[in-house]
Amino acid sequence: MAEGIKNKVAIIGMGCTKFGEHFNRSAESLMVEAFQEALEDAGIEKKDIDAAWLSTCFDEVNVGKSAIPLAGALKLPFIPVTRVENFCASGTEALRAASFAVASGACDIALAVGVEKLKDIGYGGLPDFSQLRGIYNRQIFPNMTAPGMFAMLATRYFDRYGLSAEEGKRTLAKISAKSHANGAKTPKAHLRKAVDVETIMKAPIIAWPLGLFDCCGVTGGAAAAIIVRAEIAKSFRPDPLYVKSLQIAVSPEEEYRYQQWDGTHVETTCRCAARAYEEAGIRNPRTELSMFEVHDCFSITELVIYEDLMISPRGRAKEDVDAGFFNLDGDLPCQTDGGLKSFGHPIGASGIRMTYEVYKQLQGKAGDRQIRNPKLGLTHNLGGFPANCVIGITIWGNEP
Amino acid sequence: MIGVKAFGIYLPCYYIKRETISRSMGWFNPALGTLAAGEKAVANHDEDSTTLAVAAAMDCLSTVNRTEITSLFLASTTFPYKERANASIAAAALNLDSETRTAEFSGALKAGTAALISAVSEADSGLKLVAAADCRLGKAGGSQEALFGDAAAAFVIGDGDVLASCEGHYSLSFDFADTRRVDEDQFVRTWEERWIREEGYTKFIPKAVSGLLQKCGMKTEDVARVVFPPINARDHAAVAKMMGLTKDQVQDPLIASVGLCGVAHPLLMFANALERARPGDNILVVGYGSGCDALLFLVTDAIRDLKEREKIAKSLDFRREMVDYTKYLSFKGMLAKEAGIRGEEMAATSLSLTWRERDAVVRLAGGKCRECGTPQFPRETICINPACGSVGQMEDYCFSDKTGRLFTYTADHLTYSEDPPSLYGIVDFDGGGRYWFDIADCTLESLSVNQSVQMTFRRKYKDKQRSLFGYFWKAMPFKY
Repeated sequence: MAEGIKNKVAIIGMGCTKFGEHFNRSAESLMVEAFQEALEDAGIEKKDIDAAWLSTCFDEVNVGKSAIPLAGALKLPFIPVTRVENFCASGTEALRAASFAVASGACDIALAVGVEKLKDIGYGGLPDFSQLRGIYNRQIFPNMTAPGMFAMLATRYFDRYGLSAEEGKRTLAKISAKSHANGAKTPKAHLRKAVDVETIMKAPIIAWPLGLFDCCGVTGGAAAAIIVRAEIAKSFRPDPLYVKSLQIAVSPEEEYRYQQWDGTHVETTCRCAARAYEEAGIRNPRTELSMFEVHDCFSITELVIYEDLMISPRGRAKEDVDAGFFNLDGDLPCQTDGGLKSFGHPIGASGIRMTYEVYKQLQGKAGDRQIRNPKLGLTHNLGGFPANCVIGITIWGNEP
Repeated sequence: MIGVKAFGIYLPCYYIKRETISRSMGWFNPALGTLAAGEKAVANHDEDSTTLAVAAAMDCLSTVNRTEITSLFLASTTFPYKERANASIAAAALNLDSETRTAEFSGALKAGTAALISAVSEADSGLKLVAAADCRLGKAGGSQEALFGDAAAAFVIGDGDVLASCEGHYSLSFDFADTRRVDEDQFVRTWEERWIREEGYTKFIPKAVSGLLQKCGMKTEDVARVVFPPINARDHAAVAKMMGLTKDQVQDPLIASVGLCGVAHPLLMFANALERARPGDNILVVGYGSGCDALLFLVTDAIRDLKEREKIAKSLDFRREMVDYTKYLSFKGMLAKEAGIRGEEMAATSLSLTWRERDAVVRLAGGKCRECGTPQFPRETICINPACGSVGQMEDYCFSDKTGRLFTYTADHLTYSEDPPSLYGIVDFDGGGRYWFDIADCTLESLSVNQSVQMTFRRKYKDKQRSLFGYFWKAMPFKY
């Protein structure tokens, strides 16, 4: 294996807007707010930034194509700015690009900003879009939505592990209830309301077996990170966040079109996780990680992520859910800020928002939801669908 | 011998009781009460005459080598396209060779029997596939709305061993305008029922029957069954009586179960007659509309080998009741309902793209890797099998006639559907290949992981703004 990125770069400043529907805010104002917080947090000035990356997905709706919307919003002085897009994993792409640029020595200080402004389409859920293969998709693919694509994972999972619809839905409801409880403690979260399991179970079905509370919010917001080489990080602040791994894996679509994938897990997460743990030198994520923020676009996604990240044994994540293993006071807290479910999911910003929570937790600045003495945090970002997706995994530590 | 090599039928999965229509519209037209018996077949929201015809044709191709088919004759008075060959769409969907001669028979309601006669006339030059379908529309509250049903039937006509040989045919042509439509007409227009009965229906059918019998040197009592389409139950019975037919000689007009299904009607009744036929039976088939066609068939010993004799009964059993009249109106495009902003979104269709990808879109043809034998859809350059990965080794492989198992599924309430929730899932084809499809003609409650499914050609979307129908394939359960 190549040398990898471990301990080569560090985050010295981050910013994140309040997430929400933001009917009265523009993408421009969100980007500026996240950026100003990150600048202040890092204690640097705009002129210190050598290069920037912008991550956004549904450019058609609001932000616009190219990197110009970021350069224009922040009034960046003619520096290299690049837009990255990889579905819902776009945020991790921006972090990765900025980190690699710094690690290569091509620049000293790099900026990653993710943003999404979804609520200008006039209807609930994500914008209707051609998921893959552009307009060809419309001819030969069902008119699927994200909840439907992930619901099929639940259908198959319940069948394989012999869970009745009631048992399966109850397990998923516990996952959502945990995230809502954490989100209620998080000032910047979109949905700050605790919801009990029975309410979740009774909610209207969106895509069977997933109900309303099995789905994350449709959210606007922005997040930003400032990255420098690890050896100079302490010159900016005493508590930078050191990178342990940055991995992306993309499905070759064999799950989608070849009869091998079993439909109860996300193969791309498994592949990405194996590489990330190797890069970070983690042998047992269940005991070595302090916390993790995962791509819980839907409750079933989070359930299989527990297994795909090799934290819960295959087919037995339910036992950990039932035991409260991932609760804020559990052995390995997950979604301490509420996750996509409750903090919200502005597509291009989510990967950076996850890292923002790891950053705040590992600095001990997570307020009411602060966990005890964390050392190592993981983020898992999923773009696409269970059978064909982009997975971004980052692992960060507060020690070099 | 020239005659019927195979036949197939198709009845849509919905029916509506005439009582339901009468209950909703009886305030406006109290006479509907007299038509309130029985039910009528209703095409699903994703079906039209082309897809119905394809479904009936697929039903009869299981016992026929489709490479031997040299012509496809499609009959309907309700073709979705007025200009652009519906028969070419159907030929491609049926995976027929591009050298197949295609022709459309329309205008008269006897277009179905007209197509049959053409097929018989040309049967010395390879197999002819005739498919007839109609989805005619009556205005709300009219007797036609209560009577019209949607259905299709198909016949393979050829020379050699046949189920029934054609012994002769006879035609009459009159400009008798009992029903009519022009381009702008969504609904069938008509004239006074008494005139239609007295001057048309009760005269033309006996004349066609006697004309053919005379031509063939036969008498009424030599005929085991007379197939003639109804215009309503009473007049059908009256004509049978006029011709002196015994009860056994009259083929069930299917009014009570299917309704009047236009050009498909005599063919559907003929299929029903063949299901019950015995060797040596003479079956006389009449098509009615702007005159008449009549064909005489003699059933052969080969009928004994007919595998499935309950297609119509099983298709009727498979159906679900459409309980709401407003759902019927909506399916027929007669209800301006709130589709929501998501439902209003409609991307443009690229015709250059659909032509380029026609094998996938219309034929449901993918590739099969010559190296590892893996079937795959859609066809791409590099093999999807991770252990293979061969480049440029794909040969044509058609999935439309393959069965499969439902790998997983969902019922999506968020996406726009004309009949929510939208059912879709992943199909693992028997013999290899996996793809994602809408699931037609069933309910969430009826689905289970690994259940068997077959493929059905449907209208995926209708782009009213640009006058385009997007056709593709869906998965559906088996009827028989």
